Amino acid sequence: MNKGKAFIKRLTGYRLFLPLFCLVLVLFSNLIKTPGFFEVTIKNGVLYGYIIDVINRASDLVILAVGMTLVVAASGGTDISVGAVMSVAGAVCCFILSGGQQSVNEFVNPYILGVLAAILAGILCGCFNGFLVAKLRIQPMVATLILFTAGRGIAQLITKGQITYIRVESYKMLGSSIPGIPIPTPVFVALIVVLLTYVLLKKTTLGLYIQTVGINAKASKLMGIKSAMIIFLSYAFCGLCAGISGLVASSRIYSADANNIGLNLELDAILAVALGGNSLAGGKFSLLGSVIGAYTIQALSTTLYAMGVSPDQIPVYKAVVVVVIVALQSTELKRMVSKLQMNVKSGKKVA
Amino acid sequence: MPNEIVLSMKNISKTFPGVRALDHVDFTLRSGEIHALMGENGAGKSTLIKVLTGVEEFESGEIKIKGESQTIINHSPQEAQEHGISTVYQEVNLCPNLSVAENLFIGREPKRAGLIDWKTMNRKAAELLSKLDMNIDVTKALENYSIALQQMIAIARAVDMSAKVLILDEPTSSLDDNEVEKLFRLMRRLKADGVGIIFVTHFLEQVYEVCDKITVLRNGGLVGEYETEKLPRVQLVAKMMGKDFDDLEAIKKDGKTAGKSSETVIDAQGIGRQGTIKPYDLQIHKGEVIGLTGLLGSGRSELARSLYGADKPDSGELKVNGKTVVLHTPLDAMMAGMAYLPENRKEEGIVADLSVRENLILALQAKRGMFHPIGSKEQEELANKYVKLLQIKTASLDTPVRSLSGGNQQKVILGRWLLTDPDFLILDEPTRGIDVGTKTEIQKLVVQLAKEGVTVMFISSEIEEMIRTCSRMAVLRDREKVSELMEDELDQNHIMKAIAGGGTDE
Repeated sequence: MNKGKAFIKRLTGYRLFLPLFCLVLVLFSNLIKTPGFFEVTIKNGVLYGYIIDVINRASDLVILAVGMTLVVAASGGTDISVGAVMSVAGAVCCFILSGGQQSVNEFVNPYILGVLAAILAGILCGCFNGFLVAKLRIQPMVATLILFTAGRGIAQLITKGQITYIRVESYKMLGSSIPGIPIPTPVFVALIVVLLTYVLLKKTTLGLYIQTVGINAKASKLMGIKSAMIIFLSYAFCGLCAGISGLVASSRIYSADANNIGLNLELDAILAVALGGNSLAGGKFSLLGSVIGAYTIQALSTTLYAMGVSPDQIPVYKAVVVVVIVALQSTELKRMVSKLQMNVKSGKKVA
Repeated sequence: MPNEIVLSMKNISKTFPGVRALDHVDFTLRSGEIHALMGENGAGKSTLIKVLTGVEEFESGEIKIKGESQTIINHSPQEAQEHGISTVYQEVNLCPNLSVAENLFIGREPKRAGLIDWKTMNRKAAELLSKLDMNIDVTKALENYSIALQQMIAIARAVDMSAKVLILDEPTSSLDDNEVEKLFRLMRRLKADGVGIIFVTHFLEQVYEVCDKITVLRNGGLVGEYETEKLPRVQLVAKMMGKDFDDLEAIKKDGKTAGKSSETVIDAQGIGRQGTIKPYDLQIHKGEVIGLTGLLGSGRSELARSLYGADKPDSGELKVNGKTVVLHTPLDAMMAGMAYLPENRKEEGIVADLSVRENLILALQAKRGMFHPIGSKEQEELANKYVKLLQIKTASLDTPVRSLSGGNQQKVILGRWLLTDPDFLILDEPTRGIDVGTKTEIQKLVVQLAKEGVTVMFISSEIEEMIRTCSRMAVLRDREKVSELMEDELDQNHIMKAIAGGGTDE
């Protein structure tokens, strides 16, 4: 009995317990309404099913959330331009691959060139944000608001206001699947980004520095950590992630749709960080938490979709569930509950 | 009437993970009494205050307050305030950009027809402050006034909200003598009005100046309650430390033998920075402890920061070990063998959410560079070594440094710099807000380091401490280095005169 209690206490004390618990809760709620949720079938050599859909669709968001986590941790602010940066990356890639035409059936330039250019565009956008925040000390929300509004305009300029189509099978692979491999490609992309970032944070001291700067920038400076540089790097990295995510999103629709790629995704990315139990005020962070948060958001959307909720109503239900999840993780609520318990106890004593 | 009990806490117990923070502590406060709460770091003073004000919960015991038949449990500072318990902290927690009047009446503004009645509010604010001998413009933003005045305004606010119990938690730490005197006048006035005041401080002199009673805590337990007049200082210290007071004279003698090398480590020629410190010359020799003394705001920290590259100087030349260097950033200074323990531990020192281990290795890590991470095994070894060496009291290496007491936090920062193996160590107010025992430990350590050949720059507001540890002193006045005092001139009189400056006779 005591052992069991201790185990539960240890389990719930684990930092990622709540985010994971929420994800599992959302997924398992399907058992009641959509028993077929976890069924996986193979169609044309590719895995299909709601659960695969969750993992696949969440990939873009996972990649964004990774970058967002670092930005939030280092600067205590958010990068609201990532959605727009995604569309810039998509536009740059399609522009290079199509050579400026509106629709092509084969690559005009090598595929790798388009990919590298898109990633570079993402990094440049990130550097611009980083420069504004770290060097000019503009508030992150305001600094990234510039690309948030201008980004899609830039993407439109690149695509000349039209949707550029790349009707090449190999272009679609990044967003769908590679022949012979049953798991959708975006899953691998997300996995690689998460793993590489994790290794980067652990093998260099970037993770420690980001937390240090996020918690106390003044102290960091005095002990020789260049806080402006760290913040700049985190924004540049976030831009890189947005670039990669933009590539995946563009490949899914094998086109550059400047108006719709990554639309409103910045908000989901911020939410993913928060759902992962990370403080938006910066400082200590858990990369894995944000990743779980991203999957939770997608799981929620897919769940509602599977339940037959109409797409226009999904945001409402989503909002309700998000409020519950955030409340579950709030320390204030925990305190209120424990106080209530204490009051009940002391009330009994008095009586 | 005046000696009525306003607050009684009985058998209060509180446990933090791994630490018994309070063990059946009693505390009684009467009206019209200034009651000092004394103890070393980690004795339980802060915890007792936090329990009383509802910041922390307690496990057992009871709190009674005058005028209420039931025992009370506060769950938040607001609730405590409703019960007539107000707290003013060292860091003023008012809004600096709001006017004084707004700060005084925030949350309870006088209203007319649902709107804030500014005229009445300003008038009431001015009345309130003038009653307490503060005649200032209440419509100006709070940040225009000195910390001391801000603190007094915070006190005025607390008292006006019908405080029966006023808690002053280290209010004097950042005040100069003049300001402390003003604060004491205010405290005595409130005392005459029948307010019970709990005064938490590390300054023994201040306790003997204003307090009627002293309650001493040690290691979470109650040592006793004493009348101030009947408790000699030495005994108070002994009770706080639980042993006979260390013979500080011994340190002094040790110190005198150190610092005889002629090797110049730091040679500053005309270094200055517009608006912060006037150009100065300063030579510092290997293994000496040089003190910087002067009044608050005289430029002590500014001098240190200009050497360290924290505020880059705009004139002059700096030689370290005979080589001319230009220090653009603190990292350059660290590479040149310097280390700087900043004055403001909370804002510039600790990284609160990170663990003791991480806080210890950070500076060394920065020195080694981002791509040469210190392995977890080495981290542990280093951290363990310094936790032992400095006797840092922590539950584990992975405890967040914020849950340590102030003195132990300071030791962590000290350890952080010692880990970088510096040749030149700048300590800016290393003993501020720290208990007597840790103070002595740090002073001993400084002398010890000097003996081992480390050059130390020591800045402190406490002259006695400086005399004990320093082998030479530079005196600052109005952001200018005005003189140097040699070893044989280091006594209270000389220093006071040098600091005061001006006239030849006194």
